[in-house]
Amino acid sequence: MALLEVRELSKAFGGVMAVQEVSFEVEPGIVYSVIGPNGAGKTTLFNLITGIYTPSSGEIRLDGQPIAGQAPHRLAQKGMARTFQNLQICMNMTARENVMVGAHLGLDRNLLKGMLRWPALRRADMALREKAAELMAYVGLEAFVDSRADAMPYGALKRLEVARALAAQPRILFLDEPAAGLNPKETSEIDVLVKKIADGGVTVVLVEHDMKMVMNISDRILVLDYGKKLTEGTAREVRRNPDVIAAYLGKAA
Amino acid sequence: MKRQRGLLVLAVVLLLLPLVLPNAYYYDIAIRMAINAVVVLGLNLLIGFAGQISLGHAGFFGIGAYATAILTTQFGWHPLAAMAAGACGTAMLAALVAKPIFRLRGHYLAMATLGLGIIIAIVLKNEAAYTGGPDGMAVPALGLFGFELNGEKQWYWVFAANLLFSVWACTNLMDSPFGRALRALHGSEVASQVVGVDVARYKMAIFVFSAFFASIMGSLTAHYIGFVTPNVADFFHSIELVTMVVVGGMASVFGSVVGAVLLTALPQALATFEGWETVAFGSILMLFMIFLPRGLVPTLAAKFGRGD
Ligand SMILES: Nc1ncnc2c1ncn2[C@@H]1O[C@H](COP(=O)(O)OP(=O)(O)O)[C@@H](O)[C@H]1O
Ligand SMILES: [Mg+2]
Repeated sequence: MALLEVRELSKAFGGVMAVQEVSFEVEPGIVYSVIGPNGAGKTTLFNLITGIYTPSSGEIRLDGQPIAGQAPHRLAQKGMARTFQNLQICMNMTARENVMVGAHLGLDRNLLKGMLRWPALRRADMALREKAAELMAYVGLEAFVDSRADAMPYGALKRLEVARALAAQPRILFLDEPAAGLNPKETSEIDVLVKKIADGGVTVVLVEHDMKMVMNISDRILVLDYGKKLTEGTAREVRRNPDVIAAYLGKAA
Repeated sequence: MKRQRGLLVLAVVLLLLPLVLPNAYYYDIAIRMAINAVVVLGLNLLIGFAGQISLGHAGFFGIGAYATAILTTQFGWHPLAAMAAGACGTAMLAALVAKPIFRLRGHYLAMATLGLGIIIAIVLKNEAAYTGGPDGMAVPALGLFGFELNGEKQWYWVFAANLLFSVWACTNLMDSPFGRALRALHGSEVASQVVGVDVARYKMAIFVFSAFFASIMGSLTAHYIGFVTPNVADFFHSIELVTMVVVGGMASVFGSVVGAVLLTALPQALATFEGWETVAFGSILMLFMIFLPRGLVPTLAAKFGRGD
């Protein structure tokens, strides 16, 4: 069974159909990419699936269970995690704390125990501090473990988003343009990182503009244009599709 | 280690302070500083750490004070039972008011708490049969285990211990999973949602907790002063508390203490300008918002190269 199933999903903002009757399935363990020109509806699609927006119509299923319209924190409990194209970092916290927040659901969040420095809770927190540092090293941020988030460069913050999402130990991870705004060297590092995450068994759904990266690491690709599905298939199929070449690859190349 | 150092400094100061307090008048000022510091600490959890606002916190303080006054004198309750009832009642009221707001998104919290505070103050003034109206009412001394707390010198130790515990507890809380989630939703609501933080529930929890805190302090203060008037619940007191948070520093535990100490001392210093305190507090609040929005302690900490 597919891990994620999206059926006839639509979202209208006033008169604008940002996503229009889009259907696709994501099998577990793969890298699934969503591409399309700016404004094609990729971010909106992510926002619909992760519960930030409520669909106008259509179905979303995770493990066969309908999840459309559920709150983001409920979907997090079901194993979804994501990053944001326009950074959503807690600038009032350290880099490490940002990652620790990612592990929220795995912790004892009791207010009284927290207030009284409950030993078991403290121990779990100390272990998490180490885990967070490891995750930061995993995404290449070992130099920033004790930095304040607001003192970090843009490229590092993009990775911090990934580390925070990984701290949640998700089953399915949505990455919205993790390499946007990065230089070619940083982009190829993100490329390697995404592969590493996928090899670790996490299903990855990726939005990315860098065609080399997408073609390189995706098992399947969904192409959106003006909110509609243009085509879907393996990298090879998509690359050969005349509509795609006309609408997207042709322009970009 | 940093947090332990701050706590140690505070403990030493509280321990040594009586050596330099010349008379009951100064003890009284020190006690009022400690009372304000604890209430401001609770309010700062809400304002500074979680990024929400309450403009009616004095109302919660007032409910605690009057619950103690009324239940002990008119119904013969044990002071601890009265205090607990006041705090639980306050918590329920806070939850009742906040629930619909946090579900909608927080913008209206300022208006709702402002209104609530004003309503509480009016009720306390008008229900003269129970509250004594604008003249206020007397409160019996706090007796515990056959021992009665009397005089500033004994009360000093109660409030000093209370302050030390509160600073310790709040520091712990903000460094715990609960506190991190609160700070995270302040930093980015959507980011905290997608990692599983139930934002509405957390805002609600800290609002209720902060109100609970204020109510307990209201009860203790009523016993200490031995008299309550509706002024404890009025809008000016709420603004005083918010000003203390802003001056000391948002999201700074020690900032709360510094803000409370400075602004409790201020009216004493301004005694000759009686009646102008409101103007002074308003101006200070404005000036800090414009020129030192982070407040004293975080600004100084940043200047001298270490975090709070
Ligand atoms: N919150 C919103 N309100 C109104 N229109 C929106 C909103 N979010 C996205 N849109 C519109 O939906 C379309 C798709 O946007 P988006 O999903 O961000 O595209 P992409 O991520 O593919 O660049 C755009 O026309 C955009 O202006
Ligand atoms: Mg986008």
